[in-house]
Amino acid sequence: MSENQVPRPIVASGEIAVRGVSKSYGEAHLAREVVKDCDFTVERGKLTVMIGPSGCGKSTLIRLLAGFESPDTGSILLDGAPITGPSRDRLVLFQESALFPWMTTWDNILYGPRARGEVTRQTLEFAEFLLNKVGLRDFRNKYPTQLSGGMQRRAELARAMINNPQIMILDEPFRGLDAMTKELMWEYYANLFDESGRTNFFVTTDIDEAVFLADRLLIMTNIPAQVRTVIEVDVPRPRKLSDMVTNDRANAVKMEALAILHEEAMKSFSRGSKAAADFVEAYARRSAKA
Amino acid sequence: MAGRKFDSKALAKGVFSIVVFLVLWEIGSRSKTWITAESLSGFRDALGAMGFSKKYLPWIGAIPAPSEVVLAWGTVLFDPGYWHSWMMSGMRVGGGFFAAMLVGIPFGLALAVSRTTYGIGFPVFELLRPIPPLAWVPASIIFWPTQELSIAFVTFLGAFYTIVINVVGGARSIDVRFFQAAQSMGSSKADIFRRVILPGTLPSIVVGSAVGMGITWEVVVAAEMISGGGSQVGGTSGGGLGFFIWNSYVGGSYEQIVVGMISIGIAGFISSELLRHFGKYLTPWLRLR
Repeated sequence: MSENQVPRPIVASGEIAVRGVSKSYGEAHLAREVVKDCDFTVERGKLTVMIGPSGCGKSTLIRLLAGFESPDTGSILLDGAPITGPSRDRLVLFQESALFPWMTTWDNILYGPRARGEVTRQTLEFAEFLLNKVGLRDFRNKYPTQLSGGMQRRAELARAMINNPQIMILDEPFRGLDAMTKELMWEYYANLFDESGRTNFFVTTDIDEAVFLADRLLIMTNIPAQVRTVIEVDVPRPRKLSDMVTNDRANAVKMEALAILHEEAMKSFSRGSKAAADFVEAYARRSAKA
Repeated sequence: MAGRKFDSKALAKGVFSIVVFLVLWEIGSRSKTWITAESLSGFRDALGAMGFSKKYLPWIGAIPAPSEVVLAWGTVLFDPGYWHSWMMSGMRVGGGFFAAMLVGIPFGLALAVSRTTYGIGFPVFELLRPIPPLAWVPASIIFWPTQELSIAFVTFLGAFYTIVINVVGGARSIDVRFFQAAQSMGSSKADIFRRVILPGTLPSIVVGSAVGMGITWEVVVAAEMISGGGSQVGGTSGGGLGFFIWNSYVGGSYEQIVVGMISIGIAGFISSELLRHFGKYLTPWLRLR
Protein backbone atom coordinates (compact mmCIF):
# COMPACT_ATOMS: atom_id res chain seq x y z
CA MET A 1 0.00 0.00 0.00
CA SER A 2 3.04 2.22 0.22
CA GLU A 3 2.73 3.03 -3.51
CA ASN A 4 -0.44 4.90 -2.64
CA GLN A 5 1.07 8.35 -2.69
CA VAL A 6 -1.55 10.68 -1.38
CA PRO A 7 -0.46 14.14 -0.29
CA ARG A 8 -0.99 13.67 3.43
CA PRO A 9 -1.32 16.57 5.79
CA ILE A 10 1.68 17.17 8.00
CA VAL A 11 0.91 16.15 11.54
CA ALA A 12 2.07 18.38 14.32
CA SER A 13 2.59 15.96 17.19
CA GLY A 14 1.75 17.17 20.64
CA GLU A 15 3.12 16.43 24.07
CA ILE A 16 0.95 16.07 27.15
CA ALA A 17 2.24 16.86 30.62
CA VAL A 18 0.23 15.61 33.59
CA ARG A 19 1.31 17.45 36.72
CA GLY A 20 0.10 16.61 40.22
CA VAL A 21 -3.36 15.62 39.06
CA SER A 22 -5.93 14.33 41.53
CA LYS A 23 -9.54 13.39 40.97
CA SER A 24 -12.11 11.97 43.32
CA TYR A 25 -15.77 11.10 43.00
CA GLY A 26 -18.54 11.36 45.54
CA GLU A 27 -19.38 13.94 48.16
CA ALA A 28 -17.31 14.96 51.18
CA HIS A 29 -16.47 12.06 53.48
CA LEU A 30 -17.83 9.53 50.96
CA ALA A 31 -15.38 10.78 48.33
CA ARG A 32 -13.24 8.12 46.71
CA GLU A 33 -9.92 9.26 45.38
CA VAL A 34 -9.40 7.63 42.00
CA VAL A 35 -6.34 9.57 40.83
CA LYS A 36 -3.88 11.00 43.34
CA ASP A 37 -0.89 13.29 42.69
CA CYS A 38 -0.38 11.74 39.31
CA ASP A 39 2.62 12.87 37.28
CA PHE A 40 3.69 11.70 33.85
CA THR A 41 4.48 12.89 30.36
CA VAL A 42 3.17 11.57 27.08
CA GLU A 43 6.23 12.34 24.98
CA ARG A 44 6.06 13.87 21.55
CA GLY A 45 6.00 11.39 18.66
CA LYS A 46 6.19 8.38 20.93
CA LEU A 47 3.84 5.55 21.70
CA THR A 48 3.29 5.65 25.42
CA VAL A 49 1.49 2.66 26.87
CA MET A 50 -0.10 2.77 30.29
CA ILE A 51 -0.66 -0.57 31.96
CA GLY A 52 -2.23 -1.22 35.32
CA PRO A 53 -4.60 -3.52 37.15
CA SER A 54 -8.23 -3.18 36.08
CA GLY A 55 -10.12 -0.62 38.09
CA CYS A 56 -6.99 1.34 38.92
CA GLY A 57 -8.28 4.62 37.52
CA LYS A 58 -6.90 4.43 33.99
CA SER A 59 -10.22 5.23 32.38
CA THR A 60 -10.58 8.26 34.63
CA LEU A 61 -7.19 9.49 33.45
CA ILE A 62 -8.36 9.04 29.86
CA ARG A 63 -11.46 11.14 30.48
CA LEU A 64 -9.25 13.82 32.01
CA LEU A 65 -6.79 13.79 29.10
CA ALA A 66 -9.66 13.89 26.61
CA GLY A 67 -11.17 16.82 28.46
CA PHE A 68 -14.54 15.20 29.19
CA GLU A 69 -13.83 15.87 32.86
CA SER A 70 -11.43 18.20 34.63
CA PRO A 71 -9.04 17.38 37.49
CA ASP A 72 -9.74 18.49 41.07
CA THR A 73 -6.16 19.62 41.52
CA GLY A 74 -3.09 19.77 39.33
CA SER A 75 -2.92 20.52 35.65
CA ILE A 76 -2.88 18.78 32.31
CA LEU A 77 -1.01 20.64 29.62
CA LEU A 78 -0.92 20.06 25.88
CA ASP A 79 2.26 21.68 24.60
CA GLY A 80 2.20 23.97 27.61
CA ALA A 81 -1.43 25.06 27.28
CA PRO A 82 -3.98 23.74 29.77
CA ILE A 83 -6.67 21.38 28.51
CA THR A 84 -10.13 22.89 28.93
CA GLY A 85 -12.45 20.53 27.06
CA PRO A 86 -12.74 17.89 24.37
CA SER A 87 -11.05 18.78 21.11
CA ARG A 88 -9.97 17.22 17.87
CA ASP A 89 -6.34 17.70 19.07
CA ARG A 90 -6.81 14.72 21.35
CA LEU A 91 -8.98 12.01 19.88
CA VAL A 92 -10.14 9.08 21.96
CA LEU A 93 -10.78 5.51 20.87
CA PHE A 94 -13.05 3.89 23.40
CA GLN A 95 -13.12 0.40 24.87
CA GLU A 96 -16.08 -0.61 22.77
CA SER A 97 -16.82 0.61 19.31
CA ALA A 98 -18.24 4.11 19.25
CA LEU A 99 -18.86 4.10 15.52
CA PHE A 100 -22.21 5.70 14.75
CA PRO A 101 -24.49 2.74 13.96
CA TRP A 102 -26.57 4.87 11.59
CA MET A 103 -23.67 5.76 9.34
CA THR A 104 -21.78 3.67 6.81
CA THR A 105 -18.03 3.16 7.18
CA TRP A 106 -17.40 5.98 4.75
CA ASP A 107 -19.72 8.42 6.51
CA ASN A 108 -18.25 7.48 9.87
CA ILE A 109 -14.73 8.19 8.65
CA LEU A 110 -15.80 11.54 7.23
CA TYR A 111 -17.70 12.55 10.38
CA GLY A 112 -15.03 14.87 11.74
CA PRO A 113 -14.23 16.77 8.53
CA ARG A 114 -17.95 17.22 7.84
CA ALA A 115 -18.58 18.45 11.38
CA ARG A 116 -15.96 21.15 10.89
CA GLY A 117 -16.89 21.88 7.28
CA GLU A 118 -13.50 20.80 6.04
CA VAL A 119 -14.41 18.44 3.25
CA THR A 120 -11.99 19.22 0.45
CA ARG A 121 -10.67 17.08 -2.39
CA GLN A 122 -7.58 16.48 -0.28
CA THR A 123 -9.68 15.28 2.65
CA LEU A 124 -11.57 12.87 0.43
CA GLU A 125 -8.31 11.50 -0.95
CA PHE A 126 -6.97 11.12 2.56
CA ALA A 127 -10.17 9.31 3.59
CA GLU A 128 -9.74 7.01 0.62
CA PHE A 129 -6.13 6.40 1.61
CA LEU A 130 -7.06 5.58 5.20
CA LEU A 131 -9.88 3.30 4.06
CA ASN A 132 -7.38 1.28 2.03
CA LYS A 133 -4.85 1.42 4.81
CA VAL A 134 -7.19 -0.25 7.28
CA GLY A 135 -8.32 -2.72 4.64
CA LEU A 136 -11.94 -1.63 4.43
CA ARG A 137 -12.18 -0.51 0.82
CA ASP A 138 -14.83 -3.10 0.03
CA PHE A 139 -16.79 -2.22 3.15
CA ARG A 140 -17.21 1.50 2.65
CA ASN A 141 -20.98 1.31 2.25
CA LYS A 142 -21.54 -1.14 5.10
CA TYR A 143 -23.01 -0.17 8.43
CA PRO A 144 -21.03 -0.96 11.64
CA THR A 145 -23.29 -3.92 12.50
CA GLN A 146 -22.25 -5.49 9.20
CA LEU A 147 -18.56 -5.33 10.11
CA SER A 148 -16.63 -7.79 12.26
CA GLY A 149 -15.22 -6.64 15.60
CA GLY A 150 -11.74 -6.16 14.12
CA MET A 151 -13.11 -4.21 11.15
CA GLN A 152 -15.02 -1.92 13.48
CA ARG A 153 -11.85 -1.13 15.42
CA ARG A 154 -10.01 -0.42 12.19
CA ALA A 155 -12.79 1.82 10.90
CA GLU A 156 -12.57 3.69 14.17
CA LEU A 157 -8.82 4.11 13.81
CA ALA A 158 -9.40 5.63 10.38
CA ARG A 159 -12.18 7.85 11.69
CA ALA A 160 -9.82 9.24 14.32
CA MET A 161 -6.76 9.59 12.08
CA ILE A 162 -8.51 11.63 9.40
CA ASN A 163 -8.77 14.45 11.92
CA ASN A 164 -4.99 14.63 12.26
CA PRO A 165 -5.08 14.85 16.02
CA GLN A 166 -1.90 15.91 17.75
CA ILE A 167 -2.41 13.01 20.11
CA MET A 168 -4.35 9.79 19.77
CA ILE A 169 -5.69 8.38 23.02
CA LEU A 170 -6.73 4.74 23.02
CA ASP A 171 -8.61 3.19 25.93
CA GLU A 172 -8.18 -0.59 25.72
CA PRO A 173 -9.25 -0.43 22.10
CA PHE A 174 -8.73 -4.11 21.30
CA ARG A 175 -10.38 -5.51 24.38
CA GLY A 176 -12.95 -8.16 23.62
CA LEU A 177 -11.42 -9.24 20.33
CA ASP A 178 -10.28 -12.86 20.02
CA ALA A 179 -6.56 -13.57 20.36
CA MET A 180 -5.82 -13.86 16.64
CA THR A 181 -7.74 -10.75 15.67
CA LYS A 182 -6.01 -8.91 18.47
CA GLU A 183 -2.56 -9.76 17.11
CA LEU A 184 -3.66 -8.67 13.66
CA MET A 185 -4.89 -5.40 15.12
CA TRP A 186 -1.56 -4.83 16.90
CA GLU A 187 0.26 -5.07 13.60
CA TYR A 188 -2.24 -2.80 11.81
CA TYR A 189 -2.02 -0.29 14.59
CA ALA A 190 1.76 -0.41 15.04
CA ASN A 191 2.12 0.03 11.30
CA LEU A 192 -0.16 3.09 11.33
CA PHE A 193 1.81 4.52 14.22
CA ASP A 194 5.20 3.91 12.60
CA GLU A 195 4.04 5.69 9.44
CA SER A 196 2.43 8.67 11.10
CA GLY A 197 4.97 9.32 13.86
CA ARG A 198 2.14 10.83 15.84
CA THR A 199 2.04 10.99 19.64
CA ASN A 200 -0.02 8.06 20.92
CA PHE A 201 -1.26 7.26 24.38
CA PHE A 202 -2.47 3.70 24.72
CA VAL A 203 -4.08 2.21 27.81
CA THR A 204 -4.30 -1.52 28.32
CA THR A 205 -4.34 -4.36 30.82
CA ASP A 206 -2.66 -6.79 28.42
CA ILE A 207 1.09 -7.13 29.05
CA ASP A 208 1.89 -8.68 25.64
CA GLU A 209 0.04 -5.87 23.90
CA ALA A 210 1.81 -3.30 26.05
CA VAL A 211 5.34 -4.56 25.42
CA PHE A 212 4.81 -5.11 21.71
CA LEU A 213 3.47 -1.61 21.13
CA ALA A 214 5.24 0.62 23.64
CA ASP A 215 8.13 3.02 23.27
CA ARG A 216 7.58 3.94 26.88
CA LEU A 217 5.71 1.82 29.34
CA LEU A 218 4.00 3.46 32.31
CA ILE A 219 3.14 0.99 35.03
CA MET A 220 0.41 2.15 37.35
CA THR A 221 -0.10 1.58 41.03
CA ASN A 222 -3.41 0.37 42.30
CA ILE A 223 -6.19 2.85 42.94
CA PRO A 224 -5.68 5.80 43.51
CA ALA A 225 -3.79 5.87 40.24
CA GLN A 226 -0.18 6.98 40.18
CA VAL A 227 2.64 6.10 37.85
CA ARG A 228 4.76 3.61 39.71
CA THR A 229 7.52 2.92 37.16
CA VAL A 230 8.43 4.05 33.66
CA ILE A 231 10.25 1.55 31.45
CA GLU A 232 11.78 2.56 28.12
CA VAL A 233 11.10 -0.30 25.73
CA ASP A 234 14.17 0.24 23.57
CA VAL A 235 13.38 -2.38 20.97
CA PRO A 236 13.84 -1.01 17.44
CA ARG A 237 10.83 -0.28 15.23
CA PRO A 238 9.18 -1.51 13.09
CA ARG A 239 8.67 -4.58 15.22
CA LYS A 240 7.38 -7.97 14.24
CA LEU A 241 5.30 -10.03 16.59
CA SER A 242 7.29 -13.17 15.79
CA ASP A 243 10.58 -11.43 16.63
CA MET A 244 9.26 -9.99 19.87
CA VAL A 245 8.74 -13.47 21.32
CA THR A 246 12.47 -14.19 21.10
CA ASN A 247 13.71 -10.67 21.81
CA ASP A 248 15.61 -10.70 25.11
CA ARG A 249 15.02 -7.04 25.86
CA ALA A 250 11.28 -7.41 25.26
CA ASN A 251 11.12 -10.43 27.54
CA ALA A 252 13.12 -8.68 30.22
CA VAL A 253 10.72 -5.75 30.11
CA LYS A 254 7.78 -8.10 30.28
CA MET A 255 9.13 -9.87 33.38
CA GLU A 256 9.98 -6.61 35.09
CA ALA A 257 6.54 -5.19 34.37
CA LEU A 258 4.78 -8.35 35.51
CA ALA A 259 6.69 -8.37 38.77
CA ILE A 260 5.57 -4.82 39.52
CA LEU A 261 1.98 -5.53 38.46
CA HIS A 262 2.00 -8.57 40.70
CA GLU A 263 3.11 -6.51 43.62
CA GLU A 264 0.31 -4.01 42.99
CA ALA A 265 -2.22 -6.79 42.54
CA MET A 266 -1.13 -8.34 45.84
CA LYS A 267 -1.68 -5.04 47.57
CA SER A 268 -5.19 -4.64 46.25
CA PHE A 269 -5.93 -8.31 46.82
CA SER A 270 -5.03 -7.95 50.46
CA ARG A 271 -7.39 -4.99 50.53
CA GLY A 272 -10.20 -7.21 49.37
CA SER A 273 -10.25 -6.70 45.61
CA LYS A 274 -11.58 -9.86 43.99
CA ALA A 275 -10.49 -8.71 40.55
CA ALA A 276 -6.86 -8.89 41.61
CA ALA A 277 -7.18 -12.54 42.68
CA ASP A 278 -7.22 -13.80 39.10
CA PHE A 279 -4.13 -11.86 38.23
CA VAL A 280 -2.25 -13.03 41.30
CA GLU A 281 -3.05 -16.63 40.50
CA ALA A 282 -2.16 -16.29 36.80
CA TYR A 283 1.12 -14.65 37.70
CA ALA A 284 2.00 -17.38 40.18
CA ARG A 285 1.48 -20.04 37.49
CA ARG A 286 3.40 -18.12 34.90
CA SER A 287 6.44 -17.57 37.12
CA ALA A 288 6.31 -21.22 38.17
CA LYS A 289 6.64 -22.16 34.49
CA ALA A 290 9.53 -19.77 33.89
CA MET B 1 -37.79 -9.67 7.31
CA ALA B 2 -36.38 -9.08 3.91
CA GLY B 3 -33.93 -11.95 3.77
CA ARG B 4 -36.09 -14.64 5.33
CA LYS B 5 -36.91 -17.69 3.23
CA PHE B 6 -40.50 -18.31 2.30
CA ASP B 7 -41.78 -20.86 4.75
CA SER B 8 -44.53 -22.98 3.19
CA LYS B 9 -45.05 -24.97 6.39
CA ALA B 10 -45.78 -21.84 8.39
CA LEU B 11 -48.18 -20.71 5.68
CA ALA B 12 -49.98 -24.08 5.71
CA LYS B 13 -50.32 -23.89 9.49
CA GLY B 14 -51.65 -20.36 9.27
CA VAL B 15 -54.23 -21.23 6.61
CA PHE B 16 -55.27 -24.32 8.55
CA SER B 17 -55.75 -22.31 11.72
CA ILE B 18 -57.90 -19.70 10.01
CA VAL B 19 -60.00 -22.27 8.14
CA VAL B 20 -60.70 -24.22 11.34
CA PHE B 21 -61.67 -21.01 13.09
CA LEU B 22 -64.08 -20.03 10.32
CA VAL B 23 -65.61 -23.51 10.09
CA LEU B 24 -66.23 -23.67 13.85
CA TRP B 25 -67.74 -20.21 13.74
CA GLU B 26 -69.97 -21.17 10.79
CA ILE B 27 -71.17 -24.38 12.44
CA GLY B 28 -71.71 -22.71 15.76
CA SER B 29 -73.62 -19.88 14.23
CA ARG B 30 -75.78 -22.01 11.88
CA SER B 31 -76.65 -24.83 14.26
CA LYS B 32 -78.22 -22.28 16.59
CA THR B 33 -77.68 -24.83 19.31
CA TRP B 34 -73.95 -25.12 19.72
CA ILE B 35 -72.60 -23.47 22.84
CA THR B 36 -76.02 -22.34 23.81
CA ALA B 37 -77.94 -22.62 26.95
CA GLU B 38 -79.98 -25.41 25.26
CA SER B 39 -77.03 -27.59 24.35
CA LEU B 40 -75.42 -27.30 27.69
CA SER B 41 -78.46 -28.28 29.64
CA GLY B 42 -76.52 -29.84 32.47
CA PHE B 43 -74.43 -26.73 32.79
CA ARG B 44 -77.55 -24.59 32.55
CA ASP B 45 -79.26 -26.55 35.28
CA ALA B 46 -76.26 -26.14 37.48
CA LEU B 47 -76.23 -22.41 36.84
CA GLY B 48 -79.97 -22.28 37.25
CA ALA B 49 -79.61 -23.81 40.67
CA MET B 50 -77.22 -20.99 41.45
CA GLY B 51 -79.80 -18.45 40.45
CA PHE B 52 -78.67 -17.65 36.89
CA SER B 53 -81.14 -17.89 34.11
CA LYS B 54 -80.61 -18.73 30.44
CA LYS B 55 -80.42 -15.15 29.30
CA TYR B 56 -77.14 -14.64 31.09
CA LEU B 57 -75.36 -17.20 28.95
CA PRO B 58 -73.53 -16.33 25.71
CA TRP B 59 -75.08 -17.65 22.57
CA ILE B 60 -73.02 -18.04 19.42
CA GLY B 61 -76.20 -18.57 17.42
CA ALA B 62 -76.90 -14.86 17.84
CA ILE B 63 -73.78 -13.95 15.88
CA PRO B 64 -74.03 -14.01 12.07
CA ALA B 65 -72.16 -16.80 10.32
CA PRO B 66 -69.07 -15.94 8.25
CA SER B 67 -70.91 -16.79 5.04
CA GLU B 68 -73.62 -14.27 5.92
CA VAL B 69 -70.97 -11.70 6.72
CA VAL B 70 -69.35 -12.24 3.32
CA LEU B 71 -72.72 -11.81 1.62
CA ALA B 72 -73.44 -8.63 3.56
CA TRP B 73 -69.99 -7.36 2.67
CA GLY B 74 -70.72 -8.03 -1.01
CA THR B 75 -73.72 -5.70 -0.83
CA VAL B 76 -71.98 -3.08 1.27
CA LEU B 77 -69.06 -2.90 -1.18
CA PHE B 78 -71.34 -1.11 -3.62
CA ASP B 79 -72.61 1.29 -0.99
CA PRO B 80 -70.70 4.57 -1.28
CA GLY B 81 -71.52 5.21 2.39
CA TYR B 82 -69.31 2.27 3.39
CA TRP B 83 -66.34 3.70 1.55
CA HIS B 84 -67.13 7.10 2.88
CA SER B 85 -66.87 5.62 6.39
CA TRP B 86 -63.43 4.32 5.51
CA MET B 87 -62.42 7.72 4.29
CA MET B 88 -63.79 9.55 7.32
CA SER B 89 -62.05 7.27 9.81
CA GLY B 90 -58.91 7.29 7.71
CA MET B 91 -58.85 11.08 7.68
CA ARG B 92 -59.41 11.33 11.41
CA VAL B 93 -56.73 8.77 12.16
CA GLY B 94 -54.36 10.31 9.64
CA GLY B 95 -55.01 13.85 10.84
CA GLY B 96 -54.72 13.02 14.53
CA PHE B 97 -51.70 10.83 13.97
CA PHE B 98 -49.75 13.34 11.88
CA ALA B 99 -50.59 16.11 14.29
CA ALA B 100 -49.27 13.87 17.08
CA MET B 101 -46.04 13.30 15.13
CA LEU B 102 -45.74 16.97 14.28
CA VAL B 103 -46.12 18.06 17.89
CA GLY B 104 -44.87 14.97 19.70
CA ILE B 105 -41.49 14.48 18.03
CA PRO B 106 -40.21 18.05 18.53
CA PHE B 107 -41.71 18.15 22.02
CA GLY B 108 -40.10 14.84 22.95
CA LEU B 109 -36.75 15.95 21.54
CA ALA B 110 -36.96 19.23 23.41
CA LEU B 111 -37.68 17.37 26.65
CA ALA B 112 -34.74 15.06 26.05
CA VAL B 113 -32.24 17.70 25.00
CA SER B 114 -32.84 20.54 27.43
CA ARG B 115 -33.03 20.21 31.17
CA THR B 116 -35.04 23.43 31.41
CA THR B 117 -37.68 22.21 28.97
CA TYR B 118 -37.80 18.92 30.80
CA GLY B 119 -38.20 20.60 34.16
CA ILE B 120 -41.04 22.78 32.92
CA GLY B 121 -42.76 20.52 30.43
CA PHE B 122 -42.54 17.05 31.90
CA PRO B 123 -44.59 17.50 35.10
CA VAL B 124 -47.63 18.74 33.16
CA PHE B 125 -47.15 15.99 30.61
CA GLU B 126 -46.99 13.34 33.31
CA LEU B 127 -50.03 14.83 35.00
CA LEU B 128 -52.15 14.56 31.85
CA ARG B 129 -50.75 11.29 30.54
CA PRO B 130 -52.66 8.87 32.81
CA ILE B 131 -56.01 10.30 31.61
CA PRO B 132 -57.26 7.87 28.95
CA PRO B 133 -57.89 9.64 25.62
CA LEU B 134 -61.52 8.50 25.63
CA ALA B 135 -62.13 10.32 28.91
CA TRP B 136 -61.43 13.47 26.92
CA VAL B 137 -64.36 12.94 24.53
CA PRO B 138 -67.02 15.06 26.28
CA ALA B 139 -64.60 17.84 27.20
CA SER B 140 -63.25 17.74 23.69
CA ILE B 141 -66.73 18.08 22.15
CA ILE B 142 -67.37 21.12 24.31
CA PHE B 143 -63.97 22.66 23.61
CA TRP B 144 -63.60 22.24 19.86
CA PRO B 145 -65.95 24.15 17.56
CA THR B 146 -66.72 21.21 15.29
CA GLN B 147 -67.27 17.59 16.12
CA GLU B 148 -64.77 16.64 13.45
CA LEU B 149 -62.03 18.53 15.29
CA SER B 150 -62.99 17.01 18.61
CA ILE B 151 -62.68 13.47 17.25
CA ALA B 152 -59.36 14.32 15.61
CA PHE B 153 -58.16 15.78 18.90
CA VAL B 154 -58.96 12.59 20.79
CA THR B 155 -57.13 10.48 18.20
CA PHE B 156 -54.25 12.94 18.46
CA LEU B 157 -54.04 12.31 22.20
CA GLY B 158 -54.04 8.55 21.60
CA ALA B 159 -50.82 8.73 19.61
CA PHE B 160 -49.24 11.79 21.23
CA TYR B 161 -48.30 10.35 24.64
CA THR B 162 -46.81 7.20 23.19
CA ILE B 163 -44.76 9.11 20.65
CA VAL B 164 -43.42 11.58 23.20
CA ILE B 165 -42.51 8.87 25.73
CA ASN B 166 -40.69 6.91 23.04
CA VAL B 167 -38.82 9.92 21.71
CA VAL B 168 -37.68 10.97 25.18
CA GLY B 169 -36.64 7.44 26.08
CA GLY B 170 -34.90 6.92 22.75
CA ALA B 171 -32.96 10.17 22.85
CA ARG B 172 -31.91 9.61 26.44
CA SER B 173 -30.66 6.10 25.84
CA ILE B 174 -28.16 7.22 23.19
CA ASP B 175 -24.75 6.06 24.38
CA VAL B 176 -22.74 8.89 25.96
CA ARG B 177 -19.68 7.77 23.97
CA PHE B 178 -21.38 8.91 20.77
CA PHE B 179 -21.63 12.42 22.17
CA GLN B 180 -18.06 12.33 23.43
CA ALA B 181 -16.80 11.06 20.09
CA ALA B 182 -18.76 13.72 18.19
CA GLN B 183 -17.57 16.47 20.52
CA SER B 184 -13.96 15.36 20.21
CA MET B 185 -14.17 15.51 16.44
CA GLY B 186 -15.29 19.10 16.57
CA SER B 187 -19.07 18.77 16.25
CA SER B 188 -21.12 21.81 17.20
CA LYS B 189 -24.30 21.40 19.24
CA ALA B 190 -26.45 21.81 16.14
CA ASP B 191 -24.35 19.26 14.30
CA ILE B 192 -24.61 16.77 17.16
CA PHE B 193 -28.36 17.25 17.19
CA ARG B 194 -28.69 16.67 13.47
CA ARG B 195 -26.22 13.83 13.04
CA VAL B 196 -26.26 12.05 16.41
CA ILE B 197 -29.45 12.74 18.36
CA LEU B 198 -31.85 12.70 15.43
CA PRO B 199 -30.67 9.44 13.82
CA GLY B 200 -30.07 7.93 17.26
CA THR B 201 -33.68 8.58 18.20
CA LEU B 202 -35.15 7.53 14.86
CA PRO B 203 -35.64 3.84 15.78
CA SER B 204 -37.61 4.88 18.87
CA ILE B 205 -39.65 7.34 16.80
CA VAL B 206 -40.56 4.52 14.44
CA VAL B 207 -41.54 2.21 17.30
CA GLY B 208 -43.49 4.96 19.05
CA SER B 209 -45.32 5.79 15.85
CA ALA B 210 -46.27 2.18 15.20
CA VAL B 211 -47.66 1.77 18.71
CA GLY B 212 -49.30 5.20 18.50
CA MET B 213 -50.98 4.27 15.22
CA GLY B 214 -52.53 1.21 16.85
CA ILE B 215 -53.90 3.29 19.70
CA THR B 216 -55.23 5.84 17.22
CA TRP B 217 -57.45 3.23 15.59
CA GLU B 218 -58.72 2.04 18.95
CA VAL B 219 -59.54 5.57 19.94
CA VAL B 220 -61.17 6.75 16.72
CA VAL B 221 -63.69 3.89 16.72
CA ALA B 222 -64.82 4.62 20.25
CA ALA B 223 -64.84 8.36 19.68
CA GLU B 224 -67.05 7.95 16.61
CA MET B 225 -69.47 5.72 18.50
CA ILE B 226 -69.73 8.11 21.42
CA SER B 227 -69.98 11.32 19.44
CA GLY B 228 -72.52 9.91 17.02
CA GLY B 229 -70.41 9.92 13.93
CA GLY B 230 -69.67 13.58 13.75
CA SER B 231 -71.28 13.97 10.37
CA GLN B 232 -74.45 15.74 9.35
CA VAL B 233 -75.08 13.06 6.73
CA GLY B 234 -75.38 10.46 9.46
CA GLY B 235 -76.42 6.86 8.92
CA THR B 236 -74.03 4.62 7.11
CA SER B 237 -73.07 7.39 4.78
CA GLY B 238 -70.42 9.35 6.59
CA GLY B 239 -69.87 8.65 10.23
CA GLY B 240 -66.69 6.66 9.97
CA LEU B 241 -66.19 2.96 10.60
CA GLY B 242 -66.87 3.22 14.31
CA PHE B 243 -70.19 4.83 13.63
CA PHE B 244 -70.82 2.32 10.85
CA ILE B 245 -70.63 -0.46 13.46
CA TRP B 246 -72.76 1.41 15.93
CA ASN B 247 -75.34 2.28 13.32
CA SER B 248 -75.48 -1.32 12.16
CA TYR B 249 -76.12 -2.37 15.72
CA VAL B 250 -78.87 0.19 16.19
CA GLY B 251 -80.39 -0.77 12.85
CA GLY B 252 -80.29 -4.47 13.71
CA SER B 253 -78.02 -5.37 10.82
CA TYR B 254 -75.79 -7.77 12.69
CA GLU B 255 -73.87 -8.95 9.64
CA GLN B 256 -72.75 -5.38 9.06
CA ILE B 257 -71.41 -5.14 12.61
CA VAL B 258 -68.97 -7.89 11.79
CA VAL B 259 -68.22 -6.33 8.41
CA GLY B 260 -67.31 -3.09 10.23
CA MET B 261 -65.18 -4.90 12.78
CA ILE B 262 -63.18 -6.72 10.13
CA SER B 263 -62.87 -3.51 8.10
CA ILE B 264 -61.24 -1.76 11.05
CA GLY B 265 -58.90 -4.70 11.48
CA ILE B 266 -57.90 -4.40 7.85
CA ALA B 267 -57.47 -0.63 8.09
CA GLY B 268 -55.28 -0.98 11.17
CA PHE B 269 -53.21 -3.67 9.49
CA ILE B 270 -52.68 -1.60 6.36
CA SER B 271 -51.60 1.48 8.28
CA SER B 272 -49.20 -0.53 10.49
CA GLU B 273 -47.67 -2.17 7.42
CA LEU B 274 -47.23 1.19 5.70
CA LEU B 275 -45.54 2.58 8.80
CA ARG B 276 -43.37 -0.49 9.19
CA HIS B 277 -42.11 -0.22 5.62
CA PHE B 278 -41.52 3.49 5.90
CA GLY B 279 -39.72 2.93 9.21
CA LYS B 280 -37.47 0.30 7.63
CA TYR B 281 -36.66 2.68 4.85
CA LEU B 282 -35.74 5.37 7.38
CA THR B 283 -33.53 3.10 9.51
CA PRO B 284 -31.61 0.94 7.05
CA TRP B 285 -28.86 0.19 9.58
CA LEU B 286 -31.27 -1.82 11.75
CA ARG B 287 -32.22 -4.41 9.17
CA LEU B 288 -28.73 -5.08 7.80
CA ARG B 289 -26.98 -7.43 10.15
